[in-house]
Amino acid sequence: MSSRTLRGAAALVGVADAASPTGELDTHGRALEAAMIHEALTDAGLTLDDVDGVTHAFSASGLAEYLGVQPRYLDSTMVGGSSYELHVEHAAAAIATGLCDVVVGVYASTPRSDRHRPGAGRRGMPPGPNPAFEWEVPYGLRLPIGGYSLAASRHMAQYGTTSEQLAQIAVDTRRWAALNPRARYRDLITVDDVLASPMVVSPLHLLDCCLVTDGAGAFVLVSAERARDLARPPVYVLGAATGGTHQMISEMPDLTVTGGAVSGPAAFEMAGIKHDDVDLLMAYDSFTITALLHLEDLGFCAKGEGGAFVADGKLGPGGSLPMNTNGGGLSYTHPGMYGMFLLVEAVRQLRGEAGDRQIDEHHVAVAHGSGGVLSTMGTVVLGTEETL
Amino acid sequence: MSDAAPAPTMIEPPVTEASAPFWDATREQRFVLPWSTATGRAVWFPRDVDPAAPDQPFEWREARGEGVVYAASVHHKVGPGRDPDDGPYVVALVELPEGVRMMTNIVGCPPDDVAVGMPVRLVWQPLSDGRNLPQFTPA
Repeated sequence: MSSRTLRGAAALVGVADAASPTGELDTHGRALEAAMIHEALTDAGLTLDDVDGVTHAFSASGLAEYLGVQPRYLDSTMVGGSSYELHVEHAAAAIATGLCDVVVGVYASTPRSDRHRPGAGRRGMPPGPNPAFEWEVPYGLRLPIGGYSLAASRHMAQYGTTSEQLAQIAVDTRRWAALNPRARYRDLITVDDVLASPMVVSPLHLLDCCLVTDGAGAFVLVSAERARDLARPPVYVLGAATGGTHQMISEMPDLTVTGGAVSGPAAFEMAGIKHDDVDLLMAYDSFTITALLHLEDLGFCAKGEGGAFVADGKLGPGGSLPMNTNGGGLSYTHPGMYGMFLLVEAVRQLRGEAGDRQIDEHHVAVAHGSGGVLSTMGTVVLGTEETL
Repeated sequence: MSDAAPAPTMIEPPVTEASAPFWDATREQRFVLPWSTATGRAVWFPRDVDPAAPDQPFEWREARGEGVVYAASVHHKVGPGRDPDDGPYVVALVELPEGVRMMTNIVGCPPDDVAVGMPVRLVWQPLSDGRNLPQFTPA
């Protein structure tokens, strides 16, 4: 264990707290959290511009959006009162491995004054109202599709991307699903089928959308030393990184660029791989536009060229960039938070256990998850023993 | 005067401490934005405090009520609170000359006529309690 110790790798350099003899504070919610963070940063001689990591027991993403921070590291581990010790533990490990440099963590709770504060006092819930109820819900935004439709409309207007090009992603993903006996949908489809399916929220059609299914998955991660003695060939984590930009779609800085433009290059650099090294891309396809943005932001093609890049069918069986070989969220399964299945399929392919859909070369895979409404991206590069 | 369409069914926005100045102004159909005295920039959405300077209040300034469509989606299937017959309607993001971008509806034209880059101007949708919801229509 000594070679992997955190000892001395990270330091607490600023702190703040608030309490009162009355038992009540004048502020609450995000205002109180922002004041605490400002005070702790000032104590450290730092500002919000220095912050690239955010921890919060309920809503690291929402807190970061409120602060105007676009973090490379988020942790919303929630285990009760010891959550903040775990946040320090995880953040120290993140800093030690270069995932981030400056992490802020905060806690604010006002159960006593909440008693005479209308509409507040939901103990254990994120502080303050969800701003989406004020600034998005009244406009009738249908989530999640509405957010992705806005992104697609912007990409089309800015880069000339077409519905046909987006549809090609659904077509090629279905070709993979046809090879997976557990896939929800296995019948082949055409671009015309996608375009003829009902328009749900323009410019996205029904067949541009992922499924709603039951589903479950799990993983076990151990040290490299332990891995060598276990039953199956190890699949190693070669690189990993995060990129967060917002929580609400209306706060996304650029609707054509996700946090994958940060997490992708960082994970690839950590892994020491180039795009040509990637045998399999598992890229979260909640909608066709989601997968297209991943291809661009991960650097498989230039920004704006995703439509032309996918048009020749290279993502499907026999193509030069196998993507979502299980059939994806579009055709295999999608229970809501699909990222688990990206990892499971990547491991199966790298072990050579994928049956009819097994790819020929299988040394390096990228699992790229998308959370929220294009809000927080996580890239994991995986490799077999010979890639170490 | 409002020149918006008849009120759709909707989940009306709550008022928070942070946004009260915004919603109060809408009662007089004034469209105001919070400006940070620390950064000199308009802030959207309204926050309880300015994270860059938590002890300095925002300055509320009237906005021009103009904008340009940044992204637009026609909702054939409606969102929460909307009657299914309300569709299709346009949910859009509009960039304001004050330097912020907000979600809104584009009303007063056929939904499919709304395009990214289209100039739009403010209209008011009355809410049940005397407040008004800002929407936009082609300029």
